[in-house]
Amino acid sequence: MALPTYASPLERIWHWAYIAICVAIFFFLIAPIVVVIPLSFNAEPYFTFTEKMRSFDPEGYSLRWYDTLLTFGMANPDAPRTGSWWADAWNNARWIGAAKNSIIIGIFSTILATVLGTLAALGLSRPEMPFRRIIMAILISPMIVPIIITATGMFFFYSSACVDTTSTFGRLLAPVLSNSGCLANTYLGVILAHATLGIPFVIITVTATLIGFDQSLNRAAASLGANPRTTFFKVTMPLILPGVISGALFAFVTSFDEVVAALFIAGPDQQTIPRQMWNGIREQISPAILAVATLLVIFSIALLATVELLRRRGERLRGLTPA
Amino acid sequence: MASALDPHAAVVAGASGASPRLTTADGQPLARALARASARARRRAFLLVAPLLLFVVVTFVIPIGQMLHRSIYNDGFAANMPQISAWFAENPSGTQPDEAAFAALAADLKTAADIRTIGIVGTRMNYDVPGTRSLFTSTGRKARAGFEPPFREALIEADEDWGDPTLWRAMRSASTAYTANFYLAAVDRTRDDQNSIVQVPERQQVYVMLFQRTFWLSLVITGLTFLLGFPIAHLLATLPMRKSNLLMILVLLPFWTSLLVRTTAWMVLLQQQGVVNDILVWLGVVGQDGRLKLIYNQVGTIIAMTHILLPFMILPLYSVMRTINPSYVRAARSLGASSWTAFRRVYFPQTLPGLGAGALLVFILAVGYYITPALVGGSSGQLISNMIAMHMTETLNWSMAAALAAILLASVLVLYWIYDRLVGIDNLKLG
Repeated sequence: MALPTYASPLERIWHWAYIAICVAIFFFLIAPIVVVIPLSFNAEPYFTFTEKMRSFDPEGYSLRWYDTLLTFGMANPDAPRTGSWWADAWNNARWIGAAKNSIIIGIFSTILATVLGTLAALGLSRPEMPFRRIIMAILISPMIVPIIITATGMFFFYSSACVDTTSTFGRLLAPVLSNSGCLANTYLGVILAHATLGIPFVIITVTATLIGFDQSLNRAAASLGANPRTTFFKVTMPLILPGVISGALFAFVTSFDEVVAALFIAGPDQQTIPRQMWNGIREQISPAILAVATLLVIFSIALLATVELLRRRGERLRGLTPA
Repeated sequence: MASALDPHAAVVAGASGASPRLTTADGQPLARALARASARARRRAFLLVAPLLLFVVVTFVIPIGQMLHRSIYNDGFAANMPQISAWFAENPSGTQPDEAAFAALAADLKTAADIRTIGIVGTRMNYDVPGTRSLFTSTGRKARAGFEPPFREALIEADEDWGDPTLWRAMRSASTAYTANFYLAAVDRTRDDQNSIVQVPERQQVYVMLFQRTFWLSLVITGLTFLLGFPIAHLLATLPMRKSNLLMILVLLPFWTSLLVRTTAWMVLLQQQGVVNDILVWLGVVGQDGRLKLIYNQVGTIIAMTHILLPFMILPLYSVMRTINPSYVRAARSLGASSWTAFRRVYFPQTLPGLGAGALLVFILAVGYYITPALVGGSSGQLISNMIAMHMTETLNWSMAAALAAILLASVLVLYWIYDRLVGIDNLKLG
């Protein structure tokens, strides 16, 4: 972005103004996320920097909101912090329960979305694939259709798609269904819904990886006597793995951040972190929400770093090393 | 002469000289063998996709289809009031309700009150004629004691509203489960006494205004993301790869951060006692008691949504700008164009594919936004999605929610189709 030597004074002024504008826009992008972090250490229940915080007085900062997070919902939060206190926190604290639910639902929906999505991406990137355009459009549509419509549809479907729990089939499925034999208010229901929402991301990232994939490698493996399965696991998979993993991370984040479907189809037992946040924001927003937000920002930084590393590794593997 | 066993003669010309038929090594016509092989390849490719396609159809397409069915189908009246529905079916529209009609109505009301479905019937009628739910429940209570013939006089004595022709017309239209009334209501229309379609009274007109607001705010947000995204994408595309990769992280971090976190951050920043107002007061831009109201209104929705959707504009713009050859602009400059002209006539037209992709994507996502307007929108920043959610969870008028959802879905699908035509879904990029 160097200025050419023949630039006129006006162009010089514009050049620096342009840089200033860009800095301002970057500030707009990042500042709201960064500002949450110091505010979560506020010693007072305010959402702005207090006098003491501005003068960097240690008294202005505290971990009280993180403590609130841990103790909220516990049976006996004021007991001495011994083993039984921690057991109480692990079993009863509302946010810890929500984190457990989010992780369970996230992992299973990610596995489902990644396995099915990767297989489909392999099929979709073959030149022989029939009806490619329309099928691709259907598979990407969960990302495009407004979430409220998806959630509404799933709400009706899951409350009506029930099996008779006294039949043999129903007894077999009973552990994963609700008491009335339906998908609504069950882990399975939320997992299926989140997998559907994560699938477009897997498809997009894996097909993008496969565009750079040299199909002659598969033919070479086949001509050397490898069967399709060996070819897939020994040749294709190692090369597209970075794309598959970043697709999986996208699917996990989608599930981890999903509120609306969880609000409509999950029961009180499937309280997830976003749902808990949603309740916290709607009822009485307290700086404890900022403490959660801070933890989630740190989590997303870790994810972003992973994805970036994978992307670079993928480019190196495919010989597209950036200059 | 090549023998069939000769590996070099996989393809041999047929014996007849006039029209040589190509055959494979085992003597089959090549065309047929090729067709069979490619059919097998197609089948294999499809089989890889089939499990996912089935999954998405079952968990996504069918539920939405079912939901849309609700927008034209509501048997709340027809299923629970069978006798009066049968009377409506036998007598053409415009027939004055006779004694038989009132007898059927009284019998239905008694049955419905006995098996406690009268509330469902009343709720269904309440959608079309506001205020009738209590009419049904109160008359239902009286009906359990039993009405004596003549039923016409008995019912009108119970409540004179039973003689109201508007109610009878509404009951007639509700007596068939299939109805277009919810769509009429979704565009602020209703049927008048002559059964022709008219606008609802002005103070009840909400939906058209909400659709207009949704599209207008989405346009504003798309415009803002363009204004903010274009310089950033340009900067990233022209910097050396190493530097631009570093700066790209500043764009991708918000993209990866939880939506709720970003919305919460804006709620905190934009409050009247929040950081932005504090800074403005400190700078002396506004007075201590002139703090700006930046949240729980349209301003809040626009700021937060612009921030959240900005990466969706930057990423496609950036990937197109990366491919633009800088020598075109240099050539324009060397031919005497000013830097503005070179930008406007040479550089900008080449960015249009990225701009189209980004703008369509941002617009599509903005039209269906729910969470952010619900949290920061107040009452003036609510979009159509919030109205659908309200009908789902508060008024429980599910058919109305479905009709609004159908209209929203149709407009999103049209935009999606345009996106596929212009950009191609394959070119959707995420970071």
